[in-house]
Amino acid sequence: MAALPSSARCVVIGAGIVGNSLAYHLAELGWTDIVQIDKGPLPNPGGSTGHASNFIFPVDHSREFADITLDSVRQYKELGVFTESGGFECARTEERMEELRRRMSSAKAWGIPAELVTPEQVAEKVPFLDKDVIIGAAWFPTVGVVDSLRAGTIMRERAVEKGALTTVPNVEVTGMRVENGRITAVETDQGTIEAETVVIACGVWSPKIARMAGARIPLTPAVHQMISVGPCEVLAERPGEITFPIIRDMDTFCYERQHGSDMEVGSYAHRAILWDPEDIPSIEQSKLSPTEMPFTEDDFDPQLEQALELMPELLGDERAEIRYAINGLLSLTPDGYPILGETPEVKGLWSAAAVWIKEGPGTARAVAEWMTHGNPEIDLGHSDIARFYDFQRTRAHVKARTSEAFNKTYGIVHPGEQWSSNRNVRLAPMHASQKDLGAVFYEAAGWERPHWYESNAGLVEKFGPEQTMPREHEWDKRWWSPVINAEHLQMRETAGLIDLSAFAIFDVVGPKALEAVQRIIVAQADVRIGRVVYTPVLDETGGFRSDLTVMRLAHDHFRVVTGGAHGMADKKWFADRMPEDGGAVVVDHTSGWTTMGVWGPKAREILSAVTDADMSHEGFPFGTCREIEVGALSVLASRISYVGEYGWELYVPMEAGAALWARLLEAGTPLGMIPVGIGVYGTTGRIEKGYRAYGYELDTERTLVETGMSRAKWKDADFIGKDAVLAQADEAPKAVLCSLTVDDHTSASGTKRYMLGGEPILTRSGETLTDGHGHHPYVTTAGSAPSLGKHVLMAFLPPEQAVVGTELAVSYMEELYPVTVAAADATPLFDPSNDCIRGRA
Amino acid sequence: MTDVLVCVKRVPDPTGEVVLTDDGMRVDGRYAGYTTSAHEEAAVALAVQVAEASGGTVTVLSVGSQESIEQIRAGIAVGATDGILVEADADALGPVDVASAIAEAVAARQDAGTTYGLVLLGNDAADTGDFQVGIRLAYLLERPVVAGAQTVETDGGTATVRAEGPEGTEVYELPLPAVVTVLEGGVSPKYPSVVGRMKAKKAAVETMTWSGTAAGAGREGLTVPEPPPSEVTVIGEGPAAAPGLVAVLKELKVVHG
Repeated sequence: MAALPSSARCVVIGAGIVGNSLAYHLAELGWTDIVQIDKGPLPNPGGSTGHASNFIFPVDHSREFADITLDSVRQYKELGVFTESGGFECARTEERMEELRRRMSSAKAWGIPAELVTPEQVAEKVPFLDKDVIIGAAWFPTVGVVDSLRAGTIMRERAVEKGALTTVPNVEVTGMRVENGRITAVETDQGTIEAETVVIACGVWSPKIARMAGARIPLTPAVHQMISVGPCEVLAERPGEITFPIIRDMDTFCYERQHGSDMEVGSYAHRAILWDPEDIPSIEQSKLSPTEMPFTEDDFDPQLEQALELMPELLGDERAEIRYAINGLLSLTPDGYPILGETPEVKGLWSAAAVWIKEGPGTARAVAEWMTHGNPEIDLGHSDIARFYDFQRTRAHVKARTSEAFNKTYGIVHPGEQWSSNRNVRLAPMHASQKDLGAVFYEAAGWERPHWYESNAGLVEKFGPEQTMPREHEWDKRWWSPVINAEHLQMRETAGLIDLSAFAIFDVVGPKALEAVQRIIVAQADVRIGRVVYTPVLDETGGFRSDLTVMRLAHDHFRVVTGGAHGMADKKWFADRMPEDGGAVVVDHTSGWTTMGVWGPKAREILSAVTDADMSHEGFPFGTCREIEVGALSVLASRISYVGEYGWELYVPMEAGAALWARLLEAGTPLGMIPVGIGVYGTTGRIEKGYRAYGYELDTERTLVETGMSRAKWKDADFIGKDAVLAQADEAPKAVLCSLTVDDHTSASGTKRYMLGGEPILTRSGETLTDGHGHHPYVTTAGSAPSLGKHVLMAFLPPEQAVVGTELAVSYMEELYPVTVAAADATPLFDPSNDCIRGRA
Repeated sequence: MTDVLVCVKRVPDPTGEVVLTDDGMRVDGRYAGYTTSAHEEAAVALAVQVAEASGGTVTVLSVGSQESIEQIRAGIAVGATDGILVEADADALGPVDVASAIAEAVAARQDAGTTYGLVLLGNDAADTGDFQVGIRLAYLLERPVVAGAQTVETDGGTATVRAEGPEGTEVYELPLPAVVTVLEGGVSPKYPSVVGRMKAKKAAVETMTWSGTAAGAGREGLTVPEPPPSEVTVIGEGPAAAPGLVAVLKELKVVHG
């Protein structure tokens, strides 16, 4: 057995599927002197990999998950450890059938083979399933099982063969050495390893190891119950580990998966059973392994009955015994995404945690790329460890959200669905007033944010169904209201007051602030004081890291304003790129300032009623910001717009927010102003103007050219991604972001249906389209455009289809609806000449 | 027809390292979970065999808290008929008390019309290892007893009991009703089937109380000795490891020759 080295270029802690894959991919990317340690023995150190059910359904509603899973499958196949079995997702209810139709949409969008089948077709392939229990199913022929332990061994061996890796099992981490915010060494029971880069890939133990370094990995160990029943005669007769397709009995939140002569039944239906990483037993204390906890059979009994119902002969055979039953531990996170990337607290300390078998090798490849050159090929925006706000890292939050999410593992989750646990954590200063106005609150990064106001309900009648486009189908209108569209129309007629407290706000200050900001953003940062610029932020490959606004407040002072959801990751991106000598620093003011927007034809009049400042177009030009006095309040006003109207974002210290809000309501209401929710700001106003949103249209896989955001000329100063941008400018795009309008909403049953996002775009006759990346077009944003009386979709189309007037179709719940390309670039569908923003309308 | 009573105790699973409760008075099952002692699992299997062969019934009895019903149902899941929980704080009871509680339950069932021709117990409990309850119970019931049995068969009014000893196999014949304590090894305990488990969930478990006063175990405390140093020897890698592996399996008597 190898002795423990005293130094390494990189220490990988953990020898489960993630640690093994990561060691391999780092070696592939040229890393040497990698030391991998694990507390347990090889090849199964006792973590979640060792008891995983090891099957892979590639379909997921999330593109990030689907792409990572597809890459993992490719890798497992290359390693020779993948067995294709096919798999069914079965429906017992009509509601589930509808969800399976939606699964078809996602499958088509991500290029995953799938079809809906009858109970008879399921029974043909799985004769021991009682077809009378189900009403239909989705068939995924590329589902399969993997040997994740063998895969790990092969990957370690390959890295060892390269001379890049030393793996030492049975080594326990006892401490982490951090100096000046940087990791310097890992302390173990067998000595210290000095290293500048350390990756925590310890699954359920990751939070405990991270805490040793003062970093936080907000995941929780959670129980997933599984039993193994056998020997079953019908299974034992077949050769190999698996010959029958895997069954997901979706409505009971259970699966049945053949494993040799046994049938494994796993459940996501029981109560959430969470553990603390500190309470997981040691290898010696545990009966089987630390992550195979004692089975609590009462929790499983209802599932046993349901499984028996589905497979009465197979599971009802008295000779088949429940010979293995565990409360298996796996990792859950508060938002369901993995936790990847360098920790914000400690430089050089990385997390590769909360990753399941189906994502292991793909995630590891992306993280290794990230560690090597900063730019993973697959966008990991949703999984970035830097995404969390402090409150999201608390145990209370992690426990509340994972408890709520556990039963949704196989659940039907609406894309607009809101969390019910741990709400009312971040309240805007005008929260009480918003409640009085009947605000319907949605959550954004912990903020309670009005999505629309019931006090505006009367406007629905005023504008009528042609423009407010009320939805008939329960699914389409769940988490939605026609009041949003009415608020939109009223804003365009008079004005709207919008709470924007959820913005993340941070300043870049210091003598080198200009130099630092100039290098990070695409737009010219060397502007006069009082200018506001909207700008993309790119990575080295020219992919989007963010899009945000920057205000120059002084020669050495820039204020960055960005979306709440991605704000903390943006802050880390900026902070990581400040000069080493401290000549510029990032200072977070998110909790110091609240923001509200006033937009609409009457905005100028309303502001002029509360301030003596010149609010005219000439006196306060677009793209500028300055302090104005509103009574005794000093307000930073910024003349930009995300809804395509004349108006301002108004920034005041948090404690003055309620007063400003009240003053604006008082002055604006007589002029017809209404409070407007984020349904308008985030969707209807934005989509009419063709504004792109980070996380929807913009991510690291998209470029300025593809999104129609390229420029005729670029600033002279260098910026991150400039080389790539210049190269891309000369190439034909592989896909083009377009806006499409839905021509006819009528379904076969006569109900008008409204797409919600994520649906595949096909030819009029339903054929698949493929862009230059090999991707299939899908709807990145869907929403009402009330001013146009249309439902608008955004999608990246192959360049041949990206022509105004091209007739295509969108597939929604397995029906085709005709759509037409209305814009093949960033041209707004509403007010294309931007007269409203300039106040000329 | 022999109706059998088989007595089981809820104990921490003894497979992993022993963990004590904070007060050092008991073995703790927080990591390993709770189970039935291996000897008692064997006793349940023998009870089911005897009852099936003679057309009798099997009652699983446990003295303990409501949680012990899990162990009672585990017995029913592998073929027993019904259960009795003598509800008590098992930690406050000593072997004298447990024997008395079981005797009271046997008498109560007798009054209700069921005479257990055979009472089976484990040789000793996995957590306390008192080795006393079976003998004391036989004394209280005024029945013959064999300890350390590995198989039991009944034929009319006689039980034939075999026990593997260092000197060979000891065979006893004793008149029923009788008490036998069981050592694991003579029978393979079963895991429950799905149907068995569901049947067990619905089976009747009668709750009784014990009228006696606890004498207790007189235990002062438990200590866990230092675990013996564990040595990992890598036998080899790939096919070259085969001869070494065979040698180990022979040493462990998994394979013979």
